Amino acid sequence: MKILVGVKRVVDHNVKVRVKADGSAVDLDNLKMAINPFDEIAVEAAVRLKEAGIASEVVVVSIGPEKAQDTLRQALAMGADRAILVPYAGLSEPLAVAKTLKALVAKEAAQLVMLGKQAIDDDCNQTGQMLAALLDWPQGTFASELKVADGQVEVVREIDGGLETIALALPAVVSVDLRLNEPRFASLPSIMKAKKKPLEQVTAEELGVDLSPRLELLSAVEPPVRQAGGVLVATAAELVAKLKTEAAVL
Amino acid sequence: MSILVIVEHDNAAIAAATFNTLGAAQQIGGEIDVLVMGHGCAPVSQAAAAIAGVRRVITVDAEQFQQPLAEDMAPLVRDCAEGYSHLLAPANSFGKNLMPRVAALLDVAQLSEISAVIDAETFERPIYAGNVLATYRCREPIKVITVRSTKFEAVATTGGAAEQLSIPALAPQHKARAVSRTEAKAEGPELATARIVISGGRGMGSGASFALLEAVAGKIGAAVGASRAAVDAGFAANDLQVGQTGKVVAPELYIAVGISGAIQHLAGMKDSKLIVAINKDADAPIFQVADYGIVGDLFEILPQLEAAL
Repeated sequence: MKILVGVKRVVDHNVKVRVKADGSAVDLDNLKMAINPFDEIAVEAAVRLKEAGIASEVVVVSIGPEKAQDTLRQALAMGADRAILVPYAGLSEPLAVAKTLKALVAKEAAQLVMLGKQAIDDDCNQTGQMLAALLDWPQGTFASELKVADGQVEVVREIDGGLETIALALPAVVSVDLRLNEPRFASLPSIMKAKKKPLEQVTAEELGVDLSPRLELLSAVEPPVRQAGGVLVATAAELVAKLKTEAAVL
Repeated sequence: MSILVIVEHDNAAIAAATFNTLGAAQQIGGEIDVLVMGHGCAPVSQAAAAIAGVRRVITVDAEQFQQPLAEDMAPLVRDCAEGYSHLLAPANSFGKNLMPRVAALLDVAQLSEISAVIDAETFERPIYAGNVLATYRCREPIKVITVRSTKFEAVATTGGAAEQLSIPALAPQHKARAVSRTEAKAEGPELATARIVISGGRGMGSGASFALLEAVAGKIGAAVGASRAAVDAGFAANDLQVGQTGKVVAPELYIAVGISGAIQHLAGMKDSKLIVAINKDADAPIFQVADYGIVGDLFEILPQLEAAL
């Protein structure tokens, strides 16, 4: 079974982003970039399935700038076998990404696609579900546990009311949540080895996909700063008194 | 202009976020219909027909909808979508799972988790964990949208007299099967809609010490929440997580205990009306957003708090 894993290059989760002075977009110049944390978990899950002898090959895919090669190399260092970059300089939207992945699933004859449940830049949480729809495959979203056996994948999903277990007939799409696993740190030898692994470029034109955005970003502003009271009190009794009288919430 | 809102329910009652989603629909304007997909869900359709401002309730009652599987729901929503300008659902695990699948079947872009309606084709939504508010114009023929429920008032649950309509289901897909469901035990109010929330973080040290939070919560009718660190450490169940990737809450009062205040956590609670922080580290970022704070040992303060209430 071949697994395709989607990875996105995003602003590092520790960086607080700023918007451009004219309020037209987020200012991404000179920011530290990293692999989307959810996608890193998807890579780890796929590599573990290969190590368990369940997957035959793990192919990682990114749609992004030339620099996304770094992101792909990181996934290769974690244990993925091959990488594909679909170069695109603009901001990619989930529907276009899903169409691109669909074309690559056909090209690669993948049986399982894994991706993060959302990218921490646009927070869309759409790509996995859209890809599943386009392929007419079942979807296991927000996975916190995963079992692949007997032509099906059993997914424990984190939902609002608790946990839900569903069984999907393969082929399938799985979008992963934070608690599925803890991604490994790539060792120096594996980083060196990753430099020699194949990284192929395929253009959107070759795949017959139009990546241009459908939505028009009109403005990007920072939200108003919360006017916090910032009153420090010494005791619980004093706090309760303030909540009852000053704030009147109790 | 006409809007179709997908009703979230458990075949017995309508989930609260649906009413806020209808609030967003009213802001967009136009006729509002609702779609109920369920099994033995007549009470839900009845309740939906009573909601103020709903024109028509479309019900699909079929065995396959006993569990809300996106594989079976999405093609039906697509077939119902014709003639509507907007499709709306709440931005919770129900709507997030379903709506992108619908959007892709319709070949339209989706707007996730809108926080404001500017006009019928322009919407604001938070990106970068709420550190940026982005305004998008969407010119898709059908606008597929999920709604952040804390940003919209709920509509009145009574006063309506909608027309009822039943339509048949499509053939079941049998691609996915619900195996089991672990519902968290519901003591006290629901986290997403509670008036008061008290959350614990890594500083709680163990799952057992969440009993201290529950004791305080019991006194003031609060729901208990948790930070990602606390859930990752196994102190609390996943459905208690508040933050960028968990639940977004905006209660009257939010009490953060032993929570440092990472931006991913703030994303889930900074719209709370009043924030209280209890933390032993005076430099913890949570104090920067707190209205009241106590610097000290939570294991001493929580029992005192319980006694003072």
